[in-house]
Amino acid sequence: MSVEPRASIVWDYAPSPEATDHLRLSERYGLFIDGAFCEPAQARYEPTINPATEETITEVAWAGPQDVQRAIETARAAQPRWAALPDRERGKYLFRIARLIQERARELAVVETLDGGKPLRESRDVDIPLAAAHFFHYAGWADKLRYGMVARDVAALGVVGQIVPWNFPLLMAAWKLAPALACGNTAILKPAETTPLTALLLAEICQEAELPAGVVSILPGDGAVGAALVRSPGLDKIAFTGSTAVGREIQTELAGRGVELTLELGGKSANIVFEDAALDQAVEGIVNGIFFNQGHVCCAGSRLLIQESVHDELIAKLWTRMGRLRIGDPLDKNTDVGAINSAEQLERIETLVAAGEEEGATRRSVACSLPERGYWFAPTLFTEVSPAHRIAEEEIFGPVVSVLSFRTQAEAIEKANNSRYGLAAGIWTDKGAKAFEVAAALRAGVVWQNTYNHFDPTAAFGGYKESGFGREGGSAGLRPYLKVVR
Amino acid sequence: MSRQLAHVDRVGVEERAAALGARSIKTTAKQQGIRLAVSMLDLTTLEGADTAGKVRQLCAKAVCPAPAMPEIPSVAAICVYPALVTVAREALAGSGVKTASVATGFPAGQVSLEAKLRDTEDAVAAGADEIDMVISREAFLAGDDLRVMREVSRIKDACGDAHLKVILETAELGSYDHVRHASMLAMEAGADFIKTSTGKAASGATPGVCLVMLEAIRDYLDRSGRIVGFKAAGGVSTSKAALHRLVMVKETLGDDWLTPERFRIGASSVLNDLLMQYAKTESGRYGRSEDFSRE
Repeated sequence: MSVEPRASIVWDYAPSPEATDHLRLSERYGLFIDGAFCEPAQARYEPTINPATEETITEVAWAGPQDVQRAIETARAAQPRWAALPDRERGKYLFRIARLIQERARELAVVETLDGGKPLRESRDVDIPLAAAHFFHYAGWADKLRYGMVARDVAALGVVGQIVPWNFPLLMAAWKLAPALACGNTAILKPAETTPLTALLLAEICQEAELPAGVVSILPGDGAVGAALVRSPGLDKIAFTGSTAVGREIQTELAGRGVELTLELGGKSANIVFEDAALDQAVEGIVNGIFFNQGHVCCAGSRLLIQESVHDELIAKLWTRMGRLRIGDPLDKNTDVGAINSAEQLERIETLVAAGEEEGATRRSVACSLPERGYWFAPTLFTEVSPAHRIAEEEIFGPVVSVLSFRTQAEAIEKANNSRYGLAAGIWTDKGAKAFEVAAALRAGVVWQNTYNHFDPTAAFGGYKESGFGREGGSAGLRPYLKVVR
Repeated sequence: MSRQLAHVDRVGVEERAAALGARSIKTTAKQQGIRLAVSMLDLTTLEGADTAGKVRQLCAKAVCPAPAMPEIPSVAAICVYPALVTVAREALAGSGVKTASVATGFPAGQVSLEAKLRDTEDAVAAGADEIDMVISREAFLAGDDLRVMREVSRIKDACGDAHLKVILETAELGSYDHVRHASMLAMEAGADFIKTSTGKAASGATPGVCLVMLEAIRDYLDRSGRIVGFKAAGGVSTSKAALHRLVMVKETLGDDWLTPERFRIGASSVLNDLLMQYAKTESGRYGRSEDFSRE
């Protein structure tokens, strides 16, 4: 007979890292132009590193001005034939790409996590499935374009330059490429400096899908490549997702040149919790709103507005919940919060958090042991924040939430709208009428009710004010890639 | 006084519960988790056809679930009908395994309070260490919270030293708001444990229901300072489901709850799946169900 002494052990999850031995990454990656990988005109290769370990994963070619020029020429040459394909045929290519993303989902998820530091749980369950879903969605639109535009005859814009950020590398590439291609444009995509790998795997997928040469080009590099794209004559449109500062430069550069532009920029989105909310679910929404992808989310719920009557109770619940977040190896299937994407971004977060402390807000950071190498920042909660503090106004783009309190519905709306940004917002209430009333009063492109950071290819996404203009997703996402002919 | 319900959002609850179900429990964590789950089992037989012989065999299994794997602990308790408490108590004598009895007109509870009290007193007199009562869903659904609480409180008095587990039969309550409210009523009225289900209804300890009840226990503790245990019963039939419940307890109430004094799983068939999964972690291959005795 065996009777073990009871309750003698603390049960914890053993490490559960996703395998990496199935990857078949190349030693180095060239540029993807004219349907083939090629050497850059001036041989420049840069390492891309894993932000969780600071180890080099592989080397990637950076494009120079001549490469940008060549990509534009091939895209221009390919565009008429691509646009002239029967609409359903274009759709078929997109369906094929979507299926290939699904087939290679595991590999893409692991590479996304290695290159960007996000938890595998997210790359596996969010980034990659949504990227495939976007291609599926726009594949379906390819032969229905005129119905997306209220029965007007439409045509492609031509050649588009697309610049995507490092927070959702493959997903943002999908958001950009899928509607552009469905509408008959050809595209030149510049992935972010720190996260080029999944875009290059997407180039392989374009080859496997036998996408005609020149329809998609992929040019890794830093801001100089983006700037070269923006300055080049010969593009019909620029689509940019990234910081408001760079967005402003691009808009200045393009002024008066007849080049179409859409911008999806920063945010300081308000997540508003009313006293009649389901508080435990609101806590989950707050966590998902600000700690999802280490807070590297343009629509992150970084300004938490709590009704005073439930403020202390909710903060207590949130703080307990934050203590249970699992922070560490992004490849571990149980990790909730991974590595900060780059040294540069870590520095920006540290600067703003220091400013928050100096200005008198109360800081609490989760006490967790962080790995010695790599870029890490513990999930952080600021209370006693005043609307005038920098941490209430500026986008931190990290796992840091600033809490403000409010007393009435009118004050909540006023505070939420009192921002230079207008990308997203969250409303937590059990009252349906209140939810709709508040949503209608918010100047934000996306308003979530009793949830946060949920994305779907059928829903339009985009901002007001300094969060940019233009919409991505759904039928609204077709408009920025089409012109009305008659 | 009209009933005040705390709000629970169904979509949010089920999303969170599903996310916890995606925790990856491998290697040593799986072995440890399985041993822990076994030690928290209320091995149950609640059939009209139960006999002394059947109960004795089950008790032997409860004390030593897998003779070939001595590191597997005894289960926490055996759960039977009141008429079989004496048999179970004798069979378990000296083993440390508790005897639990359902009572109060289980499973429907549609008898008078006097009958419920008598049922409880009989089980306690026969030597039950733990009483699993059912709340009156009739009173709860009619909005009579006071009657629900009064019954729990009277049964608690009748239990004496025996531990009282209060079964909400969540499948009959109709919403998570109700599950949370019933949890609070049971705790306020003196429950030592709150328990999801009888195992006789259409569904049992679903992930969402478990999460809502665990959150209620946590909030009640914050408010009152009193510790209440949780028993997931009904529908937990695989190791994966059992480990999922452990994960929910760990991440909602914390490690302090990972003990049979505060958390139980009420089930019968799950034990053999736990043993098979455990043997697999040892040998690297799946066994057959015939490798372990059914009872």
